[in-house]
Amino acid sequence: MGETGAVTPARKAPLDHYLPPKGVADELLRPDGTLRPVWKPMIDHLAGRNPDQVNQDFARGDLYLQDAGVYYRQYTGDESALRDWPLSHIPVIIGETEWSKLAEGIAQRAELLERTMADLYGPATLVKRGILPPQLVARNPEWLRPMVGIKPRSDHYLHFLAFEIGRSPDGSWLVLGDRTQAPSGAGFALENRMATLRVFNDLYQETNVHRLAAFFRTFRDRLTQLRGPEQGQVAILTPGQNTDTYFEHAYIARYLGFLLLESEDLVSVDGKLMVRTISGLEPVSVLWRRLDSRFADPLELDESSALGTPGMVGTLRSGAVTMLNCLGSGVLEARALMAFMPRISEALMGERLKLPNIATWWCGQASERAYVGENLERMMIGPALSTQLPFEIDSSTALGGRFRDNARGPVRDWLDKNGGALVGQQAVTLSTTPAMIDGKLMPRPMVVRVFAARTKDGWTVMPGGYARIGRTEDPTALAMQSGGSVADVWVVSDAPVSTETLSGQQPGPFIRRMPGRLPARAADNLFWLGRYVERADFTARTLRAYHLRLEDNGGTPMPVFDQLGRYLEGRGLYLAEPLPDLFLNLLERARGCASKVRDRFSDDGWYALDELEGAARDLAGAVDHGDATGRALSQLLRKLAGFAGLVNDNMFRFSGWRFMSMGRALERGVQISDLLAVFSASGAAQGSLDAALEIGDSVMTHRRRYSVETNRNTVVDLLALDPENPRSVIYQAGVLLDQQAKLPRPGKSSQLTEVGRRILRVHTDLSVATPEVLDSAALAKLADDLQAVSDAIHTQYMG
Amino acid sequence: MLYDVTLSVRYAYALSAAAARMHLRMMPGNGPAQRLVSGLLQADPAPAFRRDRVDFFGNALTEMAYDAPLDTVDFRFTGRIRRDDLPKELDLSCALADMRRELAEVPSLAPDAPHHFLGASDRVVPVPSITAFSRGITRLDQPVLTVVEAISRALHEEITFDPTATDVTTDPATAFANRRGVCQDISHIMIAALRGIGIPAGYVSGFLRTEPPEGQPRLAGADAMHAWVRAWCGNEVGWIEIDPTNDMRVGADHISVAIGRDYADVAPVKGSLRSSGFHSTRHSVDVIPVEERTPVEAVGRSSTD
Repeated sequence: MGETGAVTPARKAPLDHYLPPKGVADELLRPDGTLRPVWKPMIDHLAGRNPDQVNQDFARGDLYLQDAGVYYRQYTGDESALRDWPLSHIPVIIGETEWSKLAEGIAQRAELLERTMADLYGPATLVKRGILPPQLVARNPEWLRPMVGIKPRSDHYLHFLAFEIGRSPDGSWLVLGDRTQAPSGAGFALENRMATLRVFNDLYQETNVHRLAAFFRTFRDRLTQLRGPEQGQVAILTPGQNTDTYFEHAYIARYLGFLLLESEDLVSVDGKLMVRTISGLEPVSVLWRRLDSRFADPLELDESSALGTPGMVGTLRSGAVTMLNCLGSGVLEARALMAFMPRISEALMGERLKLPNIATWWCGQASERAYVGENLERMMIGPALSTQLPFEIDSSTALGGRFRDNARGPVRDWLDKNGGALVGQQAVTLSTTPAMIDGKLMPRPMVVRVFAARTKDGWTVMPGGYARIGRTEDPTALAMQSGGSVADVWVVSDAPVSTETLSGQQPGPFIRRMPGRLPARAADNLFWLGRYVERADFTARTLRAYHLRLEDNGGTPMPVFDQLGRYLEGRGLYLAEPLPDLFLNLLERARGCASKVRDRFSDDGWYALDELEGAARDLAGAVDHGDATGRALSQLLRKLAGFAGLVNDNMFRFSGWRFMSMGRALERGVQISDLLAVFSASGAAQGSLDAALEIGDSVMTHRRRYSVETNRNTVVDLLALDPENPRSVIYQAGVLLDQQAKLPRPGKSSQLTEVGRRILRVHTDLSVATPEVLDSAALAKLADDLQAVSDAIHTQYMG
Repeated sequence: MLYDVTLSVRYAYALSAAAARMHLRMMPGNGPAQRLVSGLLQADPAPAFRRDRVDFFGNALTEMAYDAPLDTVDFRFTGRIRRDDLPKELDLSCALADMRRELAEVPSLAPDAPHHFLGASDRVVPVPSITAFSRGITRLDQPVLTVVEAISRALHEEITFDPTATDVTTDPATAFANRRGVCQDISHIMIAALRGIGIPAGYVSGFLRTEPPEGQPRLAGADAMHAWVRAWCGNEVGWIEIDPTNDMRVGADHISVAIGRDYADVAPVKGSLRSSGFHSTRHSVDVIPVEERTPVEAVGRSSTD
């Protein structure tokens, strides 16, 4: 390469292996093979780094994603698994001038889609005038008849859209798919940006890359403005943690500061949409829907939907809520619509499309069908009402005149027989962009998802996006599910760009905003998270006490050892396995609760819990009974303490934290009462009192606090009645009393609630009790009383 | 003919059903040969929320919601309906082969447009065995109306009316495979049979006169809500209604309540319960002809319409 042949860090080195395939456009190189100027700083930067440095740079980005817990769900057959986020570290770089033109076309298309939807759910002039064939609407499962005639309260059906775009061989951009239903990816675009920024921090600061924050701020402010006179909540509706984009829903809810709700949080009351919170029903004014329309209301839409809020459509009909996008927006995603967009644009906007979409022919029309039939080799043919993108080839599509599996007979017959159900789309040739593969830049096909949001002044386009990069040169292998990766998109300006953040730039007076009311379901999950974590902690201590005595005992069974065994097995903890299933199950349930409220959790807290469960599983098969298990349990107990510490140190004292604290206190109170009822009983085995102190983590305290040997009264005093001992029952009653007093009350009443009354009674009983009166029966009743508090909490806050 | 109609539906829940919400389609409407003279739809206990409106297809729809737990709930429609025979038209329908062209001449998404009734719907998706059945007994050069009547006759012969063979959730493919079912199944099968060969077809829920006129046999399906089929026979003839369970054109003994693409669009009670245990339903219908002493022409059109 170099003229001298010496090994020098030649500036061209990063491009040594970069040879774009013939007949496609390339993002990095011009057709004549020279570098596009917007890429020069990136290539110079890479040229100045040796392979180790590059690896270190990339590792920083990966570490960020790992720490942030960005993952995606991969489906293989019936199974699904979480996978690391496949970031392609090299961003796609696009110049500002080109981008502005593109954004203009996107904004026009967004408005065109709005008008199309208004027509399809209103006067249907497109059909009446013969511009759009009626069957493409009437047979589209996403055209929702109950929505016909409903006018959105905000006057607009669409507020947030995504567009899948690709660059054709002549360098021009094409829309490959409109994403109008409930487009995802904006949050992932943000995460890609955060990760890429860590890889190329200096370069990013120097190269005038447009920031994304202003786009989100404008959108957030718009949603807040869209609230009606009821000034209710702004919320994001997610299908829940099992959906492949749940991470993004939780992320964006936290980023924008909106409630994250599931269908069961919502209820329709007198035509209004309400969220069940810990202080009763509160109106929801704006709902950003991330759930497909058909599943939103089992009463009026898909009756088989297990998700959904009965009466949701009714709340739109009565104009009580603004939903974005409005139910039924999925009708616009059908491939066949692409064939008619140029004419629809003329008809509804009086304008030509500024940004064309991929050439599409609906085969229900004789001449179109004939054209597709004559040009099979450069066509993708597939279901007309499919919402898939033209490069997503599966068994329902034919490419180049052939089915992928050759099982269906001749394509031409298929076309003649099912014309009305099929479209032909020009086979996609995507541009290539550099990806770092085995230390070399290689050209890979890409598409970009761009995002548009409605503001009060019209559509605004996010200056950036979410690129998908193919694993191989085959453009049909672009999807993450088939091993593709994703990359950030940099829109680069010649001039310095504004660097404002989400919170805007102007310092000045501010108000301290209290967050919205806690949804009842979130309270429930946090309360039980607290209970499960504490139960796991108690169980680990009891198991440890058992296993350590197994070692001591040297063959002759100690009475207390047998008693511990019976105590554990009586609670379903079968001791054949060193770490019983039920114990592992507790950690799993704790993690399950946390995963349903990820928007309310710091990433660190979540990670601590995730790690804890993983560690327990790893240890479960790997240790023997006795001392080894005891040590393993000590290790897990330290992790549990770590989680508790994180939560206490980092979580803001919102209602959610209070419910979690109450869950922990309540569980600890129940467990200690129960333990004492057995281990301080008159017939308890020798050594029981010491075991109770050990499980109650109060051995040292006891030694310091009492001048006598352990006896029943000192142990009951310390573990039940000592208000200074954070492990005692009365201490838990104090925590409960304190926390519940700070929870919002139903109505404005200052009276004690049922929960308050019950807690106060437990606390008072304990305050005046002596060890002598707290016999086993009284301790068992104490456990029951605390359990009754738990039931009352459910009735009052989560019912 | 003037009828007094009572329709009662009772739901009983094993566990109290909290926060129930339902959509009722129990009130007949007006049509070319039908007039609702008077009608009342009531629920016991009374709902916390009620709204009456019409749905996409023009059916009367009542929304109800309860905010207190329910053990049992009774819905009851009582009303008086005038129903006349439809004149038998000449068969001017187009040939089956021309349906595609006929459809192309209807650029409309109005509720009555045939396009809604051709594709898959919630309860009726294309069933190859049923399509093969209708292909086997019809020809492309036959008039559509003749085709529709032939399919009704064939299904009537083929399928045994058997209330024990199916339930409200049975899909048409299963009922057809067993050759057994009730009016709902037979109607769904016929809808699949018609759509399979390109004829738009919908579902009608309604009532039959309980006791037949002197000397005529009692019709099947008279003790409960009945169902039949409407088929679109091209632009000249438009929609016709036919009852394949009894293999007869719909006439003065049929009172229609609601129309839709299939049962899911017209279910008399569609409910959603936040926490439901096992529930049972009971439903009964009485359709009694009224001795006409005084004319009731004051309401609506005259009986000579």
